[in-house]
Amino acid sequence: MRYLTDRKRAQGLGSGGSGTQQHWQMMVRSIIMVVLVPLFVFTFGMGLGGTYEEVLAYFARPFPAIVMGLALVVGIYHLMCEAQEAIEDYVHGTKGKLTLVAVKAFAFTLIAASLFALVKLAL
Amino acid sequence: MADVNRGNRPLSPFMIGPYYRPQLTSISSIMVRISGLAVLGVSLLVVWWLVAAATSAEYFAMADAVLTSWFGDLVLFGATWALWYHTLGRLRHVIWDFGYGMDIKTAEKLGIGMFVGATILTIVTALVV
Repeated sequence: MRYLTDRKRAQGLGSGGSGTQQHWQMMVRSIIMVVLVPLFVFTFGMGLGGTYEEVLAYFARPFPAIVMGLALVVGIYHLMCEAQEAIEDYVHGTKGKLTLVAVKAFAFTLIAASLFALVKLAL
Repeated sequence: MADVNRGNRPLSPFMIGPYYRPQLTSISSIMVRISGLAVLGVSLLVVWWLVAAATSAEYFAMADAVLTSWFGDLVLFGATWALWYHTLGRLRHVIWDFGYGMDIKTAEKLGIGMFVGATILTIVTALVV
């Protein structure tokens, strides 16, 4: 018999290992995205479909540029955490860890690329 | 407390499979995850289009042709639905997390609301944009 409480024995055994903070941050981002998603959908929608010159001029304006920057950084980060949850649930062991690294690398590359593009379009 | 039954407990069956019939709550929940992963995939197209616009007129013309083709329209239309659905689904999680709407009747109503809401919002988006 080990002198441990049930809580102590159960701690850290969930599929994510830990996660109260992750869960709360997910809630915070979910609330933020309720505002950001409509802004992003209509801002990007207005920008898509123009000529090259129109697109350059549109994304050089502060409002579309800032909305796109916010939505892509927070949005892709949020979706990365969404994918992390799925991986922790279904892919285990070394394969799970490597998949997680690959997905995070993919997401952060997307974020970096979108910031580069937005800065270049705005300046 | 001695753990006499360690490793020999019954396991909870997975929510999709032969043990449970498909339910509105389980299907609407797993759709949130699938739609989130789909949107992450399609975001690559959006970022690619932006990088192309920031690179050159020729590169932009190629990326723009892909995104505004009928196939690109179809993918973006689907992604728009997934994005709206995922947003509403996550909003439902926030509502649950704050302690409201946990009973099955309300949860099912919220699930229907997510499907209907996402569809209406997608049609509005397609009309406005």
